[in-house]
Amino acid sequence: MSQLVLDKLKAALGDAVLETHSEFGDDTAVVAPEAWHRACELLRRDPALDFQLFVDLCAVDYPDRLPRFEVVLHLYSVSRGHRIRLKARVGDEDGDGAELASVTDLWIGANWFERETFDMMGIVFKGHPDLRRILMYPEFVGHPLRKDYPAQRTQPLVEYRTEAEAGLTIDKVAPFGADEGMAFGRKVWGE
Amino acid sequence: MEPLDLQLDEGELELPSDPVHLNMGPSHPAMHGTVRIVLELSGETITKADVQIGYLHRGFEKMCERGTWTQVFPYVDRLNYVSPMLCNVGYALAVEKLCGLEVPERCQWYRMILGELSRISDHLTCNGAMAMELGAFTPFLWFIKAREMIWDIMEEETGARLTHSFGRIGGMAKPPTPDFKDLVRTTIPRILGLVEEGEAMLLKNRIFLDRLENVGRISQGDALALGWTGPCLRSTGVAYDIRKAHPYLKYDEVDFDVPVGTKGDTLDRFLVRLGEIRNAVKIIEQSLERMPDTGPVNVDDPRFVLPEKQAVYTTIEATIQHFKLVMEGAKVPKGEVYSYTEGGNGELGFYLVSDGSGTPHRVRIRPPSFALTAGLGQLITGRMLSDVVPVFGSINMIGGECDH
Repeated sequence: MSQLVLDKLKAALGDAVLETHSEFGDDTAVVAPEAWHRACELLRRDPALDFQLFVDLCAVDYPDRLPRFEVVLHLYSVSRGHRIRLKARVGDEDGDGAELASVTDLWIGANWFERETFDMMGIVFKGHPDLRRILMYPEFVGHPLRKDYPAQRTQPLVEYRTEAEAGLTIDKVAPFGADEGMAFGRKVWGE
Repeated sequence: MEPLDLQLDEGELELPSDPVHLNMGPSHPAMHGTVRIVLELSGETITKADVQIGYLHRGFEKMCERGTWTQVFPYVDRLNYVSPMLCNVGYALAVEKLCGLEVPERCQWYRMILGELSRISDHLTCNGAMAMELGAFTPFLWFIKAREMIWDIMEEETGARLTHSFGRIGGMAKPPTPDFKDLVRTTIPRILGLVEEGEAMLLKNRIFLDRLENVGRISQGDALALGWTGPCLRSTGVAYDIRKAHPYLKYDEVDFDVPVGTKGDTLDRFLVRLGEIRNAVKIIEQSLERMPDTGPVNVDDPRFVLPEKQAVYTTIEATIQHFKLVMEGAKVPKGEVYSYTEGGNGELGFYLVSDGSGTPHRVRIRPPSFALTAGLGQLITGRMLSDVVPVFGSINMIGGECDH
């Protein structure tokens, strides 16, 4: 939609802009993780760009790529009417070292979105004032939206009772037979 | 017996000067939706507020990665369960943007009419529930009565009152019923009548107005930085409506206004929603005029749209097509796309990543409620405890959407 944004980014950051494209009309720039905060600051403060509206922040897991995660930020400028998608690639194959500078000082709305990305994908935002889990409970182990987190895993806050503890036979009925339903519904009970 | 009138100044009893901590929620009778607000109070004034969400987290985004692209529709239904049709259409448009499809004209008008009806039901619920939480029970019943009429139309069209799962990639599940236009035309005036009666009970009510006016104010800059969109952003005076700014479907061909507020307080949010109900009616009336009575609803593309049932039973080609679409799912081209529509609460965005297979690689839902709820703590800090109720009601937190 607007080549101006990409041009400005390239002019200001130089080699730190790794690639750009405009598929489906969505202008996208991939920046080096070190330049993340600098790029955001430019997008926010430059009067010709003027991205005041914080739209969305999320991460995508590509287990067969290195760096493994793509952190994706969407921004919109109400005054100029243009959008940008800014990406940075972080993390090794185990998902460690996925760190990025926090942009909460530029948009207050980034606070909850960064907490969500941390909770779901395990991206650590350095300089975030309060990086707690937001959707899951504090005792939760792991990051559920990573591709290697099994969809059928349960983590109950109170341990399941065994038959001996309950003092009676617990008849567990499987929701599906082994060959029924969606793959993620196939849970083998009573093993 | 000891005398009861003890000398107070000699007693050791003192009121605690430490701040009092109070939990509101997760299940609180004066709030709709499961959200927990931990408050630090000095007297009745809130000095700190920590809004904790996640009680309704059901792992939508994880589930979406397990099925086919079409199987996402039931999940997006349950995002904003007061206006599921807007979520259905939003997701369908996102996948269609990725596939390069454009649905036939009849379908576009149909989607707009159903979507605007959903928007009315969304705003009625929000305003009605807020009034009820402030003690005005009658307007709530009036608004819900009007909502019932909308849901009756939805039931007639889709077969379900609440979770329609009616959208499809490249069209809708069914064409409009023969009585659709008449049904909407006769129902709209009755809905408007109820809205008028309901608002007359509220907007001349001194108690109601005093509890809303100048409560929960937010500046334009803060609202934008928080990622607020929709009626809550427009109440601050920013006329950003995706239907006007970046028209999709046929919104550029209809005439409607974008109501904006001036102060960004709770009353403005209430009034903006009322104004949007009237404008949605305007859109529906024009769309009804222009929607063709005949013609296809789905795109003619066997890669995405299921064949006619009759053909499935009688021809081998259609049987195979049906089987492939159901078992493997429609193959969506490789790529990534961000598509945004104006949902009930604001910008409802879908960021989709496809690896070219029948299953999404990533479905990221940008829920407007999440950003709105993020601003709640700021709005109530420094206010009285009783202000939490109208402010929370006016930002219209929808648990399914906010908690994913």
